[in-house]
Amino acid sequence: MPAVQYGSCSYELKQGESVLDALLRNGVAVAHACKAGSCGSCLLRAVEGELPARAQAGLKDAWRARGYFLACVCQPEGDLTVAAVGNDARIAATITALDRLTHDVLRVRLVCDAPFDFRPGQYVTLFRDNALARSYSIASLPEEGVIELHVRRIPNGSMSGWLYQEACAGTPVHLQGPSGECFYAPGREDQPLLLIGTGTGLAPLYGIVRDALKSGHRGPIHLFHGAVRPAGLYLGEELAAMAAANANLTYTPSVLEADVPGPFEVGPIDGIIARRFPKLDGWRGFVCGDPALVQMLKKKLFLSGIAVRDINADAFLPSAS
Amino acid sequence: MHIMSPSPVSLFEQLGGHAAVEAAVDNFYRKVLTDDRVSSFFDDVDMDRQRAKQKAFLTMAFGGPNSYSGKDMRNAHARLVAKGLNGSHVDAIIEILGATLREMGVAEGLIQQVAAIAESTRNDVLNR
Ligand SMILES: Cc1cc2nc3c(=O)[nH]c(=O)nc-3n(C[C@H](O)[C@H](O)[C@H](O)COP(=O)(O)OP(=O)(O)OC[C@H]3O[C@@H](n4cnc5c(N)ncnc54)[C@H](O)[C@@H]3O)c2cc1C
Ligand code: HEM
Repeated sequence: MPAVQYGSCSYELKQGESVLDALLRNGVAVAHACKAGSCGSCLLRAVEGELPARAQAGLKDAWRARGYFLACVCQPEGDLTVAAVGNDARIAATITALDRLTHDVLRVRLVCDAPFDFRPGQYVTLFRDNALARSYSIASLPEEGVIELHVRRIPNGSMSGWLYQEACAGTPVHLQGPSGECFYAPGREDQPLLLIGTGTGLAPLYGIVRDALKSGHRGPIHLFHGAVRPAGLYLGEELAAMAAANANLTYTPSVLEADVPGPFEVGPIDGIIARRFPKLDGWRGFVCGDPALVQMLKKKLFLSGIAVRDINADAFLPSAS
Repeated sequence: MHIMSPSPVSLFEQLGGHAAVEAAVDNFYRKVLTDDRVSSFFDDVDMDRQRAKQKAFLTMAFGGPNSYSGKDMRNAHARLVAKGLNGSHVDAIIEILGATLREMGVAEGLIQQVAAIAESTRNDVLNR
């Protein structure tokens, strides 16, 4: 069996074991979350040895060239020497503000110590320390000078619990990224856009909608935000005002259940959208939030006529044990 | 002109090459996902991965460059045969393929050649 060398120690891999699991099994503190090659938390650098292609799939070219890889999906055929990632992939940042947008959504604002280039809608991997990292989508625009994240409180959540209870303005953290392909690509300015987010799936869309408007998108932009109950909807006034100020933007909040009627639609979000827009040929779609819902909506958008290439999506995969 | 002379242009080129595969893949995939006879085989959660496999299928059926051996075809479908894949599903896929090409305005003669290529893989696909 191949061995992985980290620091001064070497650990033999078990049959079918990933580099991440081997390190964790031996008590090495490596940050990790989705364990599915998606969130980027377990990024390491290979100093020596052959990496399987899968361990670098989806990473940007500059990272690949530096030997960066995702430890959770790395099952090397031969020995590998690995190291923690360098400063070119992770930068220091400081939390500047924490605001509760609802009882369980926290707006986290950060400033980076060095220039940080991103497209609204991409995600960053937030490091509390070397052992804890989680990914969050960017809701802000680069020119705003802050990184804005919307973090949902998860019961017993390591990162969200820490952000709610312990972090404060001035707390230092590290950011890795940005990553992801879910953003507004300029061009085709007359194409209708359909953006669907559930829960904090609104975060990337909040950035993407404003990016599209700023880029001069002329086609209709339809934003749907879904929550289980009305208390889960947030930034409603800002978005309604944005829609009032931009003739091509509509904003439709919806909930699954409500005790009293309100300024939202009630029912499953896919049904609400299908009734409003039964045919979506030629549209561009953005879907973010709960993984099962993202999966289901991607398929529905495709079957309604959107090309696979025009469907941008980020599934908020939870951490795996 | 001799009717029997082989066309100097390959089937793949006559169909429009990789651009034709790209133009056909979404419609083909959409039909496959909504056809009750075969949709259950294509329930892969990863749509991008599934689309890439559909492109591989179309490229092969269009007579385009591919490096699949009969053994590869057996391996790729063994899991599906275990789930009940049989000749009726191959018929359905060939029919859906034909319908996709017809919608794109491809000539009947070419559609038949595509169907024949798909047909020639039947035994490997079904692991017979
Ligand atoms: C690409 C990407 C982008 C993301 N963007 C955002 C974002 O913008 N905003 C945001 O709030 N989150 C986002 N997430 C999810 C985020 O990364 C964390 O998974 C989430 O904040 C929970 O982390 P935690 O440390 O608080 O909880 P953990 O300690 O990771 O989880 C505690 C327990 O709760 C379970 N759990 C975690 N999440 C859920 C859930 N949603 N439902 C049910 N059980 C759960 C875990 O499996 C675990 O058992 C994103 C994820 C990915 C992969
Ligand atoms: C008619 C002849 C057929 C040909 C030439 C063919 C060709 C192919 C090719 C080239 C691949 C990609 C293999 C890979 O790269 O892994 C593939 C995969 C696949 N085929 Fe076929 N196929 C045929 C029939 C069918 C039928 C009848 C079904 C089901 C109804 C089917 C379902 C699939 C599925 C689900 C995959 C993906 C398997 C995976 O996820 O790994 N195919 N096929």
